[in-house]
Parts: sequence; C-alpha cells; structure tokens
Amino acid sequence: MATKTYLQAISDGLREEMRRDSRVFLIGEDIGVYGGAFKVTQGFQQEFGEDRVIDSPLSETAITGACTGAALMGMRPVCEMQFSDFVSCAFDQLVTVAAKQHYRVGTPVPIVVRLPSGGGFSGGPFHSQNPEGFFAHCPGLKIACPATPADAKSLILAAIRDPNPVLYFEHKHLYRRIKGEVPDGDTAIEFGKARIHQEGSDLTIVTYGAMVYTAEEAAKAAAERDGTSVEIIDLRTITPWDKEAVLASAAKTSKVIVLHEDTHTSGFGAEVAATIAEEAFESLDAPVMRITAPDTPVPFSPPLEKAFLPQPEDVLAGIERLAAY
Amino acid sequence: MAVAREATPVESAEDVKQADLDSEDLLQIYRNMLITRGIEERGHILYRQGKIPGSFYTGRGNEAASVGVATAMRADDIGTPIQRDMGVHVTRGTEPWRIFAQYMGRTDGLAAGRDGNVHMADIRLGLIAMVSHLPALMPVAVGCALAFQIRREPRVAVAWSGDGAMQRGDAHEAMNLAGVRKLPVVFIVDNNQYAYSTPNRLEFAIDHLADRAQAYGFEGVVVDGTDVLTVYREAHAAIEKARAGGGPTLLELVTLRMEGHAVHDDAFYVPRERLEEWAHKDPIERYRRWLKQKAVLSESADDEISVEVKKLLNDAMKRADESAQPDADELLAGVYADPEELDTPHHR
Repeated sequence: MATKTYLQAISDGLREEMRRDSRVFLIGEDIGVYGGAFKVTQGFQQEFGEDRVIDSPLSETAITGACTGAALMGMRPVCEMQFSDFVSCAFDQLVTVAAKQHYRVGTPVPIVVRLPSGGGFSGGPFHSQNPEGFFAHCPGLKIACPATPADAKSLILAAIRDPNPVLYFEHKHLYRRIKGEVPDGDTAIEFGKARIHQEGSDLTIVTYGAMVYTAEEAAKAAAERDGTSVEIIDLRTITPWDKEAVLASAAKTSKVIVLHEDTHTSGFGAEVAATIAEEAFESLDAPVMRITAPDTPVPFSPPLEKAFLPQPEDVLAGIERLAAY
Repeated sequence: MAVAREATPVESAEDVKQADLDSEDLLQIYRNMLITRGIEERGHILYRQGKIPGSFYTGRGNEAASVGVATAMRADDIGTPIQRDMGVHVTRGTEPWRIFAQYMGRTDGLAAGRDGNVHMADIRLGLIAMVSHLPALMPVAVGCALAFQIRREPRVAVAWSGDGAMQRGDAHEAMNLAGVRKLPVVFIVDNNQYAYSTPNRLEFAIDHLADRAQAYGFEGVVVDGTDVLTVYREAHAAIEKARAGGGPTLLELVTLRMEGHAVHDDAFYVPRERLEEWAHKDPIERYRRWLKQKAVLSESADDEISVEVKKLLNDAMKRADESAQPDADELLAGVYADPEELDTPHHR
C-alpha cells in the first residue's frame, strides 16, 4: 500500500488495466505526446504505443462514437474529454447511441468516458462544470464520481470492466490536492455501493466527489463548536446509487443534507431528496435540505466563483439550521 | 466546380468479369433486389392492415445501391446501414420473416419490440442498428475500423449516410478522423435528392457530396445508384482498397427517392415529371433488362425466381404474424448489460 495523489491513482489504474488487458486503448485530445491536459496519461504513449494511446483531432462526437464502434468490435475503449464541459459535444453519441444500444438490440457497449470536472480555480463557465446531472437522467449510462485516491483507482478498474457505457467524473480540484492510501493490485469495486466517509449520529450529509471534503471540513467545525455528530455518506457512484445506505443513514440520524457542486434545479440531489421523502418520511425529524451551487453558469472571477461553489461555512450553516429544527 | 470522379457505367460482360461476379452471383443480386422491394411492398400492405404500429419507411429506388454495396462486402466486414438500405439487411442474410416481425413490433423482430421499422440489425451478420439521429453511426463505423486497424485485421467498415445526414457534424468528424488515421472504412452516401421535403439545392452548395472527400484526404466518387453493377464495382474497389491499407473512399450513390419520406408523406413536393423520368431508370427493371440482354436470365428463370421470392415473402409474413407480442412484464429488462454478456466472440 502506497500513498498517492488522486491523479496518480487514476493514472495507475489505467496503466495497470492496459497492461492486464490488451483490448484497452485510450483516445482523446492531447493525451498521447503531451500526456493529457492534466498529465493523467503521461508516459503512456511511450509504454503502449501510438495504436493504444491515440491523439485525436478535436472531435468529441467522433471520439465517443469511435469508442462505441470499437467496443462493439470487442475492444475496451477509454476516451478522455479534456474537460467534462466538452461532453456536451458528445451528448448525442452517449445518450442516443451508446446508452440505448443494449436495450434496443441487446449489444453491450463497454466504453469509459473520462471527464475532468469541477471548479475552484477560475476555469470559468466552460472549464468548471459538473454535468453529471444531465446523464443521471439517461437510462443506460453508469456514472462514477470518486472522491478518494483509493476509490479513484478501484472505480476506473470497475468502469473499464463494466459491460455498459460509464461516465467517470474525476474532480480536477482533487487531482493533486488529495492524497491517500491506495491498495496495490486489483481493487475493482462494485458500482452502487456507498462509503461511509465518517460515522455520526445527529445528522447525515449525502454527497460525492470533491464535496466530500467540504462536508468533512464543515462536520469537523460543527463537532468542535457544539459536539454535533455528522455522518458523511460518499455515494461514489450516482448511477447506480446506493439507496439502501442513504435510507439506513436517514433512519439512523433522522436529518439529511444532500450536498453537491452541480447546480440546484434537477440536480442529482433532487433525486436523493425525493427518494428519502418517498421512502423514509416516517424517519425524518426535519425536511431534507439541499446544498448545491445556485442555478447560474459557473462564474470566472474568484469572489464570484467562491460564492457559487458550496463552501464549508455554507454547509456548517446548514448543519446548524437542520440540527436546530 | 466538381472534383469527385464520376464512375463510368458497367456495360459489357467483360466489365462484369473483371468485377469477379459469376452468373450465380448476378442472379443472387437480382434475387436480393426483388426480396428487398418485396419486403417493403408487403410492409405497405401490413401497414394499411393496421399491423405495423408507428410509421413505415421504404427505400424504393435504392435497391441497387443497397444490394450493390452489401454484395461487395466480405462476411466479416461491418456495416451501419440506414433507413433506405433494406437491401443491405437482405444481402447480409437477415431472414425476411424477422424483418416483418420487426415492423410489427413482435418478439422475433430484430429489436424484439424495443425499437421499430428499419431501426434494426443483427450484429452476428456484421450490422449495427441505426438510430434516428443520422448520421450518428458514422463515427461508430469509424470506431469499428479503428479496432480493425489496431488489431491489424483485414476487415473493413462501411458507413452509410444520406444527403440529409451528410449535413450534420457527425459526418465531418467521422470522415476527418478516418482520413487522418487512414482507417479501413468506406463512406456511402445514399443521395436520393431529398431529405424529407428538402431538396439537394437547399442542403449543400457544391456540385456533388462526393467532392467533400478531397477535403478529408481521400477519393470521392459519384455513382449512378440505380445501376447495381456499377455500384458493386465501385464499392468493391473502395472496400478492397481500404482492406489493403489505402484508407477511406466516399461513394455518393445518386438515386431518386421514389416514395415519400414515410408512409404518411405523398411527396407532393417532388415534381411528377421527375418521378416519371426516374421511373424509367428503375433499378430492378434496368438490371432485369441487362440480365436478359446478356442471356444471364431467361424468361422462365425469371418467372421461377419471381415465384420463389413471392413464396418466401408470403411465408415470411405468415410466420411473422405468428410471432408473439412482447410481454409488458419485460419492459424494464435489458437497460443495462450483465458482465457475462461480454463473454462472446466479439468481446473476447
């Protein structure tokens, strides 16, 4: 077991799976010679050659569609959207072609789309988004949003082996900032199993991706201030998502905050909140609270972006309000 | 100014010999064209009988184009045909009764009722099912070719689009990527001169869609899509060039769509005299005349084939009608694939 950054864990997972399975290949913009905009695939072309680490033209539709075709021919393609924002250009290939293929005619489409996502460094409206909500609405796709280096590796392995199209959101703000223990070897985990990031008894925060750390900071402050005990559930994957773990925690604490960095209306938090309302109403001592980004594009300037992204103090205020309910 | 090559028609028996077709091949092409048209004519009947839900699309006038290209493909090549390309499914061996079952939304249809009309394909026959968003399967075909190139397999992907579909960005991205990587893929454009009601002159501003090939670094060829032997010869040449590592070709097969966009559309916007003019070039009549002139097809053999096709299709309709309706309990099944489904020859 070694301590690795989140980025290193993704990179190692990809490399190990490419060594294990010759069907796996990578395609994307600037991923070969340059090693990727964030250097996740640095050195890959030297090791695996130009046939398995393909620098493509700036063509998200062709990249994603080509992955589907290659997958239907027995390959295990992994493509990179240089920024998750650009997946809008591949929407049709994912939602119309890849997601519906198996239901329509029974042919699996095992592709992985890597999506560097999230804000926090003045990327502006087109380099900061968290577009998972669009795709969570589409039957036939799977979605992973790892928060820790260990999960980043486990889920990239699981994503590549999954027989379905998988969107793998890797949060850019975690790339080099977050380090953690990453077990060696084959650590693939099942999709749809949440992780209890920390146990608690007064209140539950359901979240995923970078917001796990925002929740952690707020929970720590709450504990220090008045001893409020917060349970944090990291969903790890949002399609499928671990309803049982969320409902069990709701039953335990009776108060739930759903937290995400994506915008508010019809964000994935709405689904979680609605499910709790439908299935755990009797357990609740307070309305389910959503803490999310507001319904605006992601602004560029630091004060605006800070106001846009849910901050630990926003979550702390939410904890206080809900605890007092 | 046109830059694409215009294919000269196949005329002589010598041309055919060069195309590597024997008389049995020539008759099989004829049979496949008759089956193709016969399926769609019977589809009309089933539609009027209320047995086909939704809408119904045909490719009347495109039989030479679809059968000609599919005949030039090898068994392990891959294709992504679109809605006027029934001849591709027929030529690749899709059983007509399953096509009727598909039209009727039955469990024996290729999509088992999950999708309708010509949104179907049997992957075991090397075909991938189209979606409505044309030409979204062009990049997919390019990906098949990419897999063949990576694995050094002598296989070719054939990507279909139409004059309408060629105006979308997918077509550009697919052809550009294929050109850049010199992939073993052949692009077929079914140019039937209308995208629903929109004529070519409102779709593009160049002489021929095949002219675009030059911009992607490969050859474009304009072919009379009503002439099955010329279609075959050009498709065969392009496919074998791709197989040999020579990269893509764009073949524009020019026809006229002889019916409306779908069964509800009477195509009032197509001038009647235009339809009459193209009716003289009917691909099946044209080919039949040629076969008879070259003494490949006798009157009695022609009658025999007609009877045989008629029986095949009538039996097929009957069998399809016996196929079960899908069970509503199955609604939720199959949204996601299970891991064991990957344990197939395609995915190993």
